[in-house]
Amino acid sequence: MTAPVLARVVALVVLTAVVALFPLAAGTYPVKLLQEILIWGIFAMSLDLLMGFAGMVSFGHSAFFGIGAYTAALLLPKFPGLLAALVAPAAAAALGALVIGFFSIRVGGVYFIMLTLAFSQMFYAVAFQNSFLGAEDGLVGVPRPTVLGMGIGSIGGFHAYLLVIVLACALFLWRVVRSPFGHVLRGIHENEARMQAVGYPVNRYKLTAFVIAGMLAGVAGSLYTQFVGSISPSAFLWTTSGEALLMVIIGGTGTVFGGILGAGAFILLQSLVSSYTERWMLILGLTFVLLVLFAPGGIVGALRGRVGLRA
Amino acid sequence: MLADLFAQALNGLAYGVLLFLLSVGLTLIFGMLDVVNLAHGSYYMLGAYAGLGLIAATGNFWLALALAPLAVGVIGAAVERTCLRPLYRRGPLDQVLLTFGLIYVFEDLVKWIWGGRIRSIPTPDLFSASVNFGGAVIPSYRLFVIVFGLGMAVALWLLIERTRLGAIIRAGVYDSEMSAGMGINVSRVFTFVFAFGAALAGLSGVIAGPIQSAYPPMGASILVPALIVVVVGGLGSLKGSLAGSLIIGQAETFGKAWLPGASMLIIYVVMAFVLLVRPQGLFGRALK
Repeated sequence: MTAPVLARVVALVVLTAVVALFPLAAGTYPVKLLQEILIWGIFAMSLDLLMGFAGMVSFGHSAFFGIGAYTAALLLPKFPGLLAALVAPAAAAALGALVIGFFSIRVGGVYFIMLTLAFSQMFYAVAFQNSFLGAEDGLVGVPRPTVLGMGIGSIGGFHAYLLVIVLACALFLWRVVRSPFGHVLRGIHENEARMQAVGYPVNRYKLTAFVIAGMLAGVAGSLYTQFVGSISPSAFLWTTSGEALLMVIIGGTGTVFGGILGAGAFILLQSLVSSYTERWMLILGLTFVLLVLFAPGGIVGALRGRVGLRA
Repeated sequence: MLADLFAQALNGLAYGVLLFLLSVGLTLIFGMLDVVNLAHGSYYMLGAYAGLGLIAATGNFWLALALAPLAVGVIGAAVERTCLRPLYRRGPLDQVLLTFGLIYVFEDLVKWIWGGRIRSIPTPDLFSASVNFGGAVIPSYRLFVIVFGLGMAVALWLLIERTRLGAIIRAGVYDSEMSAGMGINVSRVFTFVFAFGAALAGLSGVIAGPIQSAYPPMGASILVPALIVVVVGGLGSLKGSLAGSLIIGQAETFGKAWLPGASMLIIYVVMAFVLLVRPQGLFGRALK
């Protein structure tokens, strides 16, 4: 192992250990905040696969978050196992991504943004008007699953469960972007026409990336339902996708792990600002504007510039 | 039954022309600046609140109808000059993200000034009555909205197709680089188009006020049907914007009457159908 790789492995292990042991040292509120960060971190990382690697900016990623969340909320009361908590939500979200992707992939750039945005609102409409899905109130009283015969109702139990899943998702994404598949995605981002000319079935690659990202977003949605114990149609709102895009930008696009950092910065800022002023939305909007104007590289980009950290 | 059908169709038409005024700006701004202006709905909201403020100050709806769009247009010009201009050299995605941030800024500023509750703009006295068409009772204000909106459509068509300014805008939509090469001050035209689109959205917000009332998140929610109009009609096309608005207006209104359980879904079904048959939209240029 070369020195920088070793340094990063050490950093990852230390960070994981800190996150894992956090509940022993901190009170309930900080731990819940950390858990929220981890869940949104999965969501942001999955979006980064699309945005940072394939160059597809989706404003409809909340659709898959919502599909995963609603699938878990429907199934968990009857089947309190991992099948209902993780597998089914991931599969349902992947299926949703396949359908929306089929319509949206064929067009590029800004058209793609508009289509993904519109389709995610379609799911909002369905959830809002369907009494089977609890209409505008959503579904409440969702239990947490039983994992390996153990309940995860306690905050520590849920923390361990969450940590394992976040690590699995992050490593999976990391493998994906380092695989030949990930390199093709980056090639499409750089020059789609050339990749097409070289003979890659570009649309199939983009659709696969869209489905993988949607699947992980579904996992994040399901975890969110388990965390809160309920879900409402607002999970589908396109502005949720926009906020996740901000997390990705704050963390740095095309970095995978930046998604978690961005989610952390976003949620900490939100809880900090909200405790001082009611003007959180104004601050959020200004953060967006200023970041886009002056710091398009995000946290990881800034770190790279300062410390010479490389991808 | 027939009267009911007629009333619904007129309601749909009124909603359609509101969407038209909104989507014209969206489609022109896209065609020319290559920006999907996600904050376009915010100008609609700003128009409604500016109208509210002006009516409160002057007591005159018509004055508000004339001045509120101007105010929104000035805000639009300022946004284009200060925020969007530095980004033209970067990809279109940065601009989209920036306009997304602006939604929050505008929404929270309005909430700060006017509070978060739903407010309604009073219907002007001139059109406070209803008209009876053989059993179909239509508020006369809706008829005003329809006539006014269709009149604006004709005026816009004349402006774009028959004037020198319109020719410049069309040239810019078609190929802004070439237009600059021909000696047109494209950057000033950019600002004008952006401000003009914002003002039209503001106008739409004011005339929508007495029908739909004003609340801060209205900007983010009206954006979705406006985008669908643009997708259905075809990006960058004035004709498409009109056709798309009228279709979506009718689809939404009849959906509410006939399929109340799935009314919100109808417009997405229309959009998906159009995308399957004509991916570039009804009047759009073929996609690259």
